[in-house]
Order: sequence, then structure tokens, then C-alpha cells
Amino acid sequence: MRLNAENVQRARDLIAIYPRPRSALIPILHIAQEQDGWLTEDAMEHVAELLGLTSAEVYGTASFYDMLFTEPVGRHLVSICTNIACLLNGGYELLEHAEETLGVKPGGTTPDGEFTLEEVECIADCGRAPCLAVNWRFFGNVTNDDFDTLLGDLRSGALRETVPPHGTLNRVRRDLTAWAGGVPAAQAARQQVEAKWAAAPPPVSSPAPATPPTPPPPPGQAPAIKDDRGERQPASQPASEQAADQAATVEDKGDTAK
Amino acid sequence: MTVTNAAPIVTRRHGLPEAWTLKSYLDNGGYTSLRRALAMPPEQITQEVLTSNLLGRGGAGFEAGRKWGMLRKAQPVYLVVNGDESEPATFKDHMLLENDPHQLIEGVVICAYAIGAAQAFIYVRGEFALAQERLQAALNEAYQHGAVGEDVFGSGFTVDVVVHPGAGAYICGEETALIESLEGKRGFPRIKPPYFPAAIGLYGAPTVVNNVETLSNLPWIVENGGAAFAALGQGRSTGTRIFSLSGHVNRPGNYEVEMAKTTFRDLIEHYGGGVRNGRQVKAFIPGGASSYWFGPESLDMALDQDVVGKAGSMLGSGAITVMDDQTCMVRAAWRITKFFNRESCGQCTPCREGSGWVEKVMRRIEEGAGREEDLDLLVDVLDNIAPGLSWPPQQTTICVLGPSIPSAIMSGLRMFRDEFLVHIKEGACPYG
Repeated sequence: MRLNAENVQRARDLIAIYPRPRSALIPILHIAQEQDGWLTEDAMEHVAELLGLTSAEVYGTASFYDMLFTEPVGRHLVSICTNIACLLNGGYELLEHAEETLGVKPGGTTPDGEFTLEEVECIADCGRAPCLAVNWRFFGNVTNDDFDTLLGDLRSGALRETVPPHGTLNRVRRDLTAWAGGVPAAQAARQQVEAKWAAAPPPVSSPAPATPPTPPPPPGQAPAIKDDRGERQPASQPASEQAADQAATVEDKGDTAK
Repeated sequence: MTVTNAAPIVTRRHGLPEAWTLKSYLDNGGYTSLRRALAMPPEQITQEVLTSNLLGRGGAGFEAGRKWGMLRKAQPVYLVVNGDESEPATFKDHMLLENDPHQLIEGVVICAYAIGAAQAFIYVRGEFALAQERLQAALNEAYQHGAVGEDVFGSGFTVDVVVHPGAGAYICGEETALIESLEGKRGFPRIKPPYFPAAIGLYGAPTVVNNVETLSNLPWIVENGGAAFAALGQGRSTGTRIFSLSGHVNRPGNYEVEMAKTTFRDLIEHYGGGVRNGRQVKAFIPGGASSYWFGPESLDMALDQDVVGKAGSMLGSGAITVMDDQTCMVRAAWRITKFFNRESCGQCTPCREGSGWVEKVMRRIEEGAGREEDLDLLVDVLDNIAPGLSWPPQQTTICVLGPSIPSAIMSGLRMFRDEFLVHIKEGACPYG
């Protein structure tokens, strides 16, 4: 589904925060996932329109990240950790129990659409291993009995307050009263880019976005959105001297490609 | 035993009722450091941080003050906070974000003032839902309080702070991958040089990327002075640091202890209550899954970045995982390898392909279907990712994820080769 009116407004508010609209992409994809539980093609196309990107750019980014689903998932995403700290504390045994109880393998969804099970990498709750998350709300020191109780509570709705439906991540919204007219630092940075583009001819192959990006962009913004790589300076630019000094420093630490 | 009982710095408010709220923070001295900092010239704050010798708490351990001093002279300047904690067995930033978000915000504003950044982005690991909620709520409160935003506390300094969620990718903890992700792209690390964030960072602008715990130390340093921080610890490892203790110990958890004067044994026995069920330490991982393992003979080593570095491993992210004498080391090494295989971003062939091959070979050995020549095969493939298999590692890849792959397998092979051979010859695990 395309984003509803309220979510379009949330997306526009997010775009206004950043010096480059594309920075709002992942936060907006979380909103789309909150709306539908996963990322539909319609939603991704809509997000592309809002940001002046191609839908391939949106999909290509979304598909890189584990939390963004381009296929439907259950209302509850049960993520069980089996990485080293959990491995040592029964993570795999817990995963096996979950597979048996839910009747699905990792990646699978129960026929009623309630639960999707996944095996995940470390979720940073290792002091309470074995641990798991449901819709990214964390549960630690989980025994098989705890797991069964948890499933019951999720089914009955007893945990509705603590575990919102899949896709809902941050329920606290940014207070928009602080910068009623937009974030000055972001606006200044955008104007800097616009001035740069006004002074230089736009790239030959700059595809124009189907719908103008928001909030109401001043003319000439579109190319800047397309190419923030243009902001970076190649090695031959003045920045290179300092960069080279740093290169030497970091090379000492073995932190750079040889 | 040398338990110094140094007073905690970044966790000093943990355990207070609703420690994450503005009210609790103000009741316990919050935001006084920021007021003090705003009355100082920015360079003086940088100088205090240099004096403190605060080392980055993310994993690389670079001096925070020096990082600030390396910024290319251009505007705008950005501050990016790395809250993408994903190194296996590390869970300190997760706790700091949930329990004391105002402390981080205060540190962020102090740093932004010191480096002259008008906008700061706190990149929080996507999975940390509660942390994002508490941080955003705290930020809204901080704006209302005048600690962030226009004309902070009437000082004339203006800064915007943004909570930015990730979306699940270990590689985004690498600072240039994090910047790519913050720009709305796949988390592909950038090649260095030229893309050192201090020179060419977020949107091509000079950028400081600091870890959550690093910045959380700033209010204390401003309050007490860099020298007071440097008086704790020893050598280059100053101050206190949070260590995430996990695995087969009685009391796993986060412990903030004085650096350099505390040993692994202190941490495991005194703080962690020793190994569970009266068993012995077989090996421990000293600094996250990327680090080489140590045996029990290294337990008395100090939690000192340089000492651990010289001994052939690293303190890394401060995550210490204890494995007892009943642990199958082949399985442990395989699981860590699987992690790197899953999290390789795919840009560089040695890492993308190599991690897959060694994971398959390790799984074959673990399942009892390995061949003796597999051990040489593992070394051969790993040597193509990190030539020489030495420490600190050489690399054939853009970032350090690649050269982190060999640590677990090579530790296993060097310390427990017999165990690998039993798996191969008997087709079974001695530990069932």
C-alpha cells in the first residue's frame, strides 16, 4: 500500500530534518513497515517518489538490511539469538524448542500469520543469554517454559502494550515544536549544495524524479538529491593532504587496505 | 586480586528510579557540565579530552581528542554518534542508551560545541527499540529544557540533535559504512584513504564519529577535568571502562571498572562470580568476536589496551566471553565464523567468498564430515583474507571485517588443534 496521509506527513517531517533528503530513507522505510507490517512494492515506490529516488534505489537499499522485509511476515517476529554468548547458554536448544512449538523453521511463518520465526545474530542482551526479541522488544534468560508462556501472552494480547505489532519501532515522535520553520543547520547545508549546483552544469545523465521531493523544494534541488557523492572530494582535491596524513596515522594501526 | 573499586563514571546513575528521565537526571547533577562547557572556549574542551587520554570505546581505541583535532577546516562539520553496537557479546551501549540517554545527549552537545558542529546524528542500532524510544523522549525533554536546540542555555550556541535508526546490519558499526547508511544507502564501507571521516565524512563534510560510551564520559571529564580521568588507570589506558561479561560465568553483565589496574581474572572471578558449576576457564574471548582468544594462562593480564594488543589480541569492544572446560571449541569457532559470513557486506571478494568457504569447511568439521587436509585449507583461505595471519592483521579488504574472520578459527586451531582432529578422525564431538 502507498503511505497514508498521516505517514506522508511524517515522511515530510523527517525529510526536513536532514541536510540531504535521502538520509530520511531508512527512517521512512520503518514508517512504511509500521503501516503494513512489511514493505510492499507500492510503499517502496511511494517512498521513492517522496525522495526523488528510483524504486530500484529504494529496493536496493531496503534489501541490504535485515530488519526490512520485502515479503510478508507475521504479526510477531520472533528473533532468537544463537551467537556466541547464547550458543554457550542454550540458544540453539531454545531455537529448537521454538521450531517444534511453532511448527516452522527459521524464516517460516505460522499458517495463522501470528508468528514468524528467525535465527538472528547477537542482539546485545548477552548478560541475559539465551535471549530473544519479539518485534524488537527483548526477553532474557528465556527457558522453554518461559517461551511457551510468552507465546500465550502474545496470542491473548496480554502484552499488547509492551510488544506492538511488527514494524512499529519507535513510538516516541520527535517534538516538532523546536524548529517550527525547519532545522536551520539542515537548511543551510542544503542551500550550500544548491549554490554549488547552480554554479556548475548538472550531470548529463541526471534522471529527473517523477514527483518533486518534499518539503516544497526550491528549483534546482533535484540534481543535488541525486548525487550527494558529488559532495565528496576525490583524492586530488585539497582535502587530500590532510587525508594523506591521517592515512599514515591509521596505517600504523593496521586499519587500512594495503 | 587488585580490585580498585574506582567509582563508576558512565554508569553512576544506573539503578536510580527512572534514571532515563530529565527529572532524575537533573536531580542527580545532570546538565551542569554542559553549562560549564559552554562557558569555556571550545579548544579548552578538546584540550581537556586530550589530557584525559580518553580512548574510543567502540573497538578501535583511537584517542577521542586526537580524532577531533584531525578535522579538516571546513564548514559544515558534523558529529555522528555510533550507537550501532553489534559486535557479538557486546551489550554496554545498549544499556547506556536505555538507562542514561540524557548523559549521552549532554556529551553530544558538549562535543558538538567543542568541534563546532551545528547538527549531530545519533545512529542507534535499529533493533534497539526501547533505546530509541527513551532517547527520543529524552531528547524532546532536553529541547524543552533548553539543553539542545537554539541558543543552548543562553550561550549563543545552536545545535540540532537527531535520533537516527539503523535497520539491521553489523557492518554499519564500521564508521564509514555507518555514514553511508546515514546517507540512506547500503552500508558499504568506504575506502581509506581518502574517505577518512575527519576529512571526507557525512555528505563529504568533515565529520567526527564517536561511540556512545566515549561521549557519555564527557560530562564527567568536563566536571572533574581531564587530569582526574587520566589519574585513573595506567599508561594510555585511562579512566574506567564498561566491560560486557558473558558466557559461562555466574553473574554475567556489564561492569564498569578501572582500566589497566583490573585484570581479566578480577573481572571474571570477583565481578562475575567465577565460572559456573565450579568448572575451569578453558579459553576466553578478550574483546568481542573479532579478537583472538586467550587461554587461562592469560587471566592475570591487565585490562589495558596496549598490554592486550602486545599479547596478540585486542580489548576491542570490551566484550569478554568465558568458555568453560566442557565447551566444544570447534562449534564456538564455527558459530563466530557463521556470523562473519552472514554479515560480510559483499563488496570485497576475499571477505565475501572467503567467509562462505571457511564457514562451510568449519561446519563440515563440526558435523564430523571433515578431512584432515581441511585444516590446511582453512589456513590457506584465511591467509588470503589477512595475509600472514598475524596481529595486528594485514588485510586485502576495504574494512576490518575481513581480517576479523580468521581470529576465531585460528585461535581454535592454534590452541585446540587436537579437538579439531578428534572431530575429523572420530567423526564426533568429544563433548557430545
